[in-house]
Amino acid sequence: MPKARTTKKFLKFAGAPLAIFTIVLVVPFVNGFYYTFTDWNGFKTTKLVGFTNYADSFADPKFWTTLRFTALFVVVSLILVNVVAFGLALIVTSKLRSKNFLRTFFFVPNLIGGVVLGVIWQFIFNSALVSLANKYDWEFFKQSWLQDTNKAFWALIIVTVWQSSGYMMIVYITGLVSIENDVLEASQIDGASPLRTLFSIKIPLMVQAFTIALFLTLRSGFMAYDVNVALTDGGPFRTTELISLHIFQDAFLEGDFGTGQAKAVIMFLMVAIAALVQVSVSKRYEVQR
Amino acid sequence: MNFRARLGKRITFGVGITLAVAYFFPFFLVFVNSFKLKYDILANPLSLPVQITWDNFQQAFAKMNFFRALTNSLIITVFSVSLLIIFSSMLAYYLARTKNKTSKYIFLILVASMIVPFQALMIPFMARFAPLVSFNNRGALIFFYIGFGTALSTFLYHGFISTIPTEIDEAASIDGASDMVAFWRIIFPMMRPITATVAIINALWIWNDFLLPRLVLTEETQTLPLSTYLFYGQYSVEYGQAMAGLALAVIPIVIFYLILQKQFISGISQGAVK
Repeated sequence: MPKARTTKKFLKFAGAPLAIFTIVLVVPFVNGFYYTFTDWNGFKTTKLVGFTNYADSFADPKFWTTLRFTALFVVVSLILVNVVAFGLALIVTSKLRSKNFLRTFFFVPNLIGGVVLGVIWQFIFNSALVSLANKYDWEFFKQSWLQDTNKAFWALIIVTVWQSSGYMMIVYITGLVSIENDVLEASQIDGASPLRTLFSIKIPLMVQAFTIALFLTLRSGFMAYDVNVALTDGGPFRTTELISLHIFQDAFLEGDFGTGQAKAVIMFLMVAIAALVQVSVSKRYEVQR
Repeated sequence: MNFRARLGKRITFGVGITLAVAYFFPFFLVFVNSFKLKYDILANPLSLPVQITWDNFQQAFAKMNFFRALTNSLIITVFSVSLLIIFSSMLAYYLARTKNKTSKYIFLILVASMIVPFQALMIPFMARFAPLVSFNNRGALIFFYIGFGTALSTFLYHGFISTIPTEIDEAASIDGASDMVAFWRIIFPMMRPITATVAIINALWIWNDFLLPRLVLTEETQTLPLSTYLFYGQYSVEYGQAMAGLALAVIPIVIFYLILQKQFISGISQGAVK
């Protein structure tokens, strides 16, 4: 093909989307890296400042609170979402006649945005449970869970599991139904118990589904924002701020653009490293078929 | 069926039903309480309404400007998703059919970009696009969604196009069809299944997105999640109205899901496996 024609074809098919992708995503991303080494104030930069913004970020005790809270949240939500989702997938791939009906119910929370879900649970924790606790004298719920850092953490986890398990369930269903029937029949003829089949046949043959589900939950755990805002908004006293919300508050409420952006870059590095490690580890367990 | 298998089935069913009730329970609370008076909600949030009131819904409709928010959500979602389908299918077709280094690297950059969280570039992003946003914030938001959605949509189309034999393109070109005509008349219609997947995944994301609209939109152009959140913040002590507002926010997407349930489930499983 002559050169002019190839270029023309490139512009016709790829020009617009690549231009928009570059303007919207690539340029701000590269800019963001550069700004963290300058005295950028949201409008202009006057000089390079080296690693000052990063040093300031790590000198901020609230940032450490956020990092610890986020790490704990990512680990606990990752485990619970996947355990629950896998359990749900086993239920709706069993021989039950009601399985499609059950699947519908498990998936519904996923259709609705995190803010609306968070607000629903805010009502449950702040009002519904408190008024029931007073009526029936349940000590455990008398004070709203959202007013206590530790209990608020579990509230966040409950809502996240409720929201995400339906989606991951679909991923696991896809993995479970991709296992060939003759393998399962062979194990049945050999007299393997259902539990044995699950651990020795099904799970090893669907590692790919685990790779995907773990990657997705890891990423959404780090990026969680909506539920956090709607449920606790960081309170009490900024002790339940996940990293997204922390960056948002730093930049748009307190106007600390330099450190805010440095924290954003730190967040990106954490997500990237964690995802690369997770994917390369779980890829090792995948079986070629 | 022997006794043990039957017992196992019973237990699975019991666990399944219990979980389904638990998953649905928060929505039940919202719907039941949206018909109750404030006093009845506080007395017992679990009880069915003693006397049904529609006042909560009337108030919520007006105060959260439901129809305006719904229209905004529809406009933004429909335009963003349609443009994403047009652009990313063309880009994917080009990248999949042009076998050279450039297209390989472009594809790799697109895939790598999917790991970048929006928060990592949010601050310079807002600084850069402030003028565009103040010029037309709905248009700007649609433009942003195209930018952020291109990578995943192109990736999904790319995988599908690789399964369409190149002989089809060649036949079209021998018959004298130009690149564009061949793509839109012959290739694009063959990609219906993956187009459905791309549409559903992007529509769910854009319809429910909160952070970007919160940064970009103003009161007149609020989407449904945004207006629900602000409404709840303002009227959370008016429990009945707050619950009616939440019910209104939940209903449209659930209806949509119940109509297109099969497409939703297969769309998501296709999108996840790729």
